[in-house]
Amino acid sequence: MTNVLVCIKRVPDFSGEVLLSDDSQSADARFVGYTLSNHDSCAVELAVQVATATGGQATVLSVGAAESVEQIRSALGVGCGAAVIVEADPVTLGPADVAREVAAVVRDHEAGPDGGTAYDLVLLGNDAADSGDFQVGIRLAHELARPVVTGMQTATVTDGTVRLQGDGPEGRETYEVPLPAVVTVMEGGVEPRYPTITGRMKAKKITVETRPCAQAPAGSGRVRLTLPPPTPSSAELLGEGPEAATSVVDLLNRLGVGR
Amino acid sequence: MILVYVETSAEGVSEVSLETVSFARGLSAAGNGVPIDAVVAGPVPEGSASELAAYGVRTVHHADSDDFDRFSGAASAAAVVAAREAAGSVVVMAGGTNRGNEVMARVATQLDVAMAANVVSFGGLSPFVVTRQVVVGAALEEVKLSRRPAVFSIAGHAVDPTPAAEPAAGTVQPLAVELSAADLAVRVVSVEHAAEDDSGSLKTARIVVGAGRGAGGPDGFAGVVELAELLGGSLGVSRVVTSLGWRPHHEQVGQTGNRIAPEVYIPCGISGAIQHWAGCASSKVIIAINTDAEAPMMTKATYTVVGDMHEIVPAINEEIRRRRG
Ligand SMILES: Cc1cc2nc3c(=O)[nH]c(=O)nc-3n(C[C@H](O)[C@H](O)[C@H](O)COP(=O)(O)OP(=O)(O)OC[C@H]3O[C@@H](n4cnc5c(N)ncnc54)[C@H](O)[C@@H]3O)c2cc1C
Ligand SMILES: Nc1ncnc2c1ncn2[C@@H]1O[C@H](COP(=O)(O)O)[C@@H](O)[C@H]1O
Repeated sequence: MTNVLVCIKRVPDFSGEVLLSDDSQSADARFVGYTLSNHDSCAVELAVQVATATGGQATVLSVGAAESVEQIRSALGVGCGAAVIVEADPVTLGPADVAREVAAVVRDHEAGPDGGTAYDLVLLGNDAADSGDFQVGIRLAHELARPVVTGMQTATVTDGTVRLQGDGPEGRETYEVPLPAVVTVMEGGVEPRYPTITGRMKAKKITVETRPCAQAPAGSGRVRLTLPPPTPSSAELLGEGPEAATSVVDLLNRLGVGR
Repeated sequence: MILVYVETSAEGVSEVSLETVSFARGLSAAGNGVPIDAVVAGPVPEGSASELAAYGVRTVHHADSDDFDRFSGAASAAAVVAAREAAGSVVVMAGGTNRGNEVMARVATQLDVAMAANVVSFGGLSPFVVTRQVVVGAALEEVKLSRRPAVFSIAGHAVDPTPAAEPAAGTVQPLAVELSAADLAVRVVSVEHAAEDDSGSLKTARIVVGAGRGAGGPDGFAGVVELAELLGGSLGVSRVVTSLGWRPHHEQVGQTGNRIAPEVYIPCGISGAIQHWAGCASSKVIIAINTDAEAPMMTKATYTVVGDMHEIVPAINEEIRRRRG
């Protein structure tokens, strides 16, 4: 039985334009709404897969605004069985703060009643879609004195060992790590499942544990956010429809790639 | 002293590492010419030391025991920490690859300092402020690194890799690294080299033909695949295409896919969202084909054709075949 803890971050849903808050300290998500960081959705999927395969439970955790409950609910809807929100103003959090708060929850739950809950596997995204710090998982592993593998796409647990695969610079890499361990996940290996109606119903009944920060956040050292200057379009129209094929091939020939 | 974690492969020093050393030279110049050292964990391929010398590296600290034959993030970080102690560096950096980011995050965690990922430029030296990409470069963050060493990674293509005006010594110095069992507990067990397929070697392709949601479905790729073949190029796709299962994930271009830098990129039916752009921004010439003249890809492209890719691409293929006789 492997109990899995999966850490998710509520992030603004950027696929178009990014707007900044008036004080330049955060992104303005009023017009785009919030979502789960994409690697995190895959981490949730892997957490549910491992918990289901081993008869354990997947617990989902987020550090941040109380509204993170939206993203927590979506993880509960696809099979996580318990949830924790550590409430904090997201602007005040740096990656080290998040790692410390997650570690505090892990230790606390392990020391809980009836022998507590031991999380043999802690999953996170490789990098958050907004801040892209690439480090919470590594800092968390350090706090917990556990091994960490980054950027993995699949995970299977057998006999206290997790077998992981992901893309390395020279091809598909395999790791085998004894549990307990921390793993950061990249999208591409699994397809996050959609919540079912029964899944959603079950999720509604689960009480989300809400707790304050264990320690005051130290912050990220952010001075301010800016937007890169827009690059003026200098695109040259070659034509419209299939008639443009001649000009395209002329161009390819000029570029030396058409022949 | 500035220390750069350099990644190598059988072919030599990685492009991103050369960019990082080039970035380091800018920093060195601002800091009255502080020397730049490199640290390599694992084999230093023939010619790499002289290449690093040409880029201005004074000393290459080389951790070359068998322990580094297979990648371990913890062991590589231990090598960086050992080199930094030996050389007393106040700045430690790497290229913003997955490995570079991982190793920098481990080094920073161990030394209890911050780590700034994907830096594009530096502002003041005291306080030391760097500007980094967030939201895949759609926004920038200025961040203060108040403790020493300042640890960060350099975003890909933030600077051009250029050799130094005056080469430095590039002396290779063996680096003894004491590794614990924990440092070696997590190591790559095996690597399966990718099979060649329609995507060819996308990352190094000279020509890439791209296809997005505009392809319309799993059967909508015949035209673009043929165009890629005619041009001797590779096929690259958007995330919508891989998410829908129309094409495999290893063909994806973008933030969470391949970063390409071809001579010519021909995106068809791809809107050009920032996450896709992050993977193709380094293309030299972009010829975009899209029904929507206002799509971001169409405003960022070098050349555009407005219309249905299912009519235009076959017409281009036909024209190429006709001219070739
Ligand atoms: C954290 C994160 C990471 C991401 N990583 C990636 C990534 O690595 N790579 C990536 O690609 N995306 C990535 N995305 C997704 C990205 O935001 C976009 O959703 C995606 O790139 C859009 O794919 P698309 O252009 O194929 O589809 P759409 O945005 O739907 O665009 C389709 C385009 O096709 C045009 N079109 C339609 N029919 C035709 C036709 N018959 N002929 C010609 N043109 C036509 C339309 O005008 C439109 O411009 C990521 C998103 C997030 C949040
Ligand atoms: N506030 C948070 N709450 C929970 N998990 C987080 C939070 N911030 C980051 N994470 C996790 O850490 C991963 C990497 O984030 P980062 O290191 O900030 O790029 C994310 O994908 C999440 O899984």
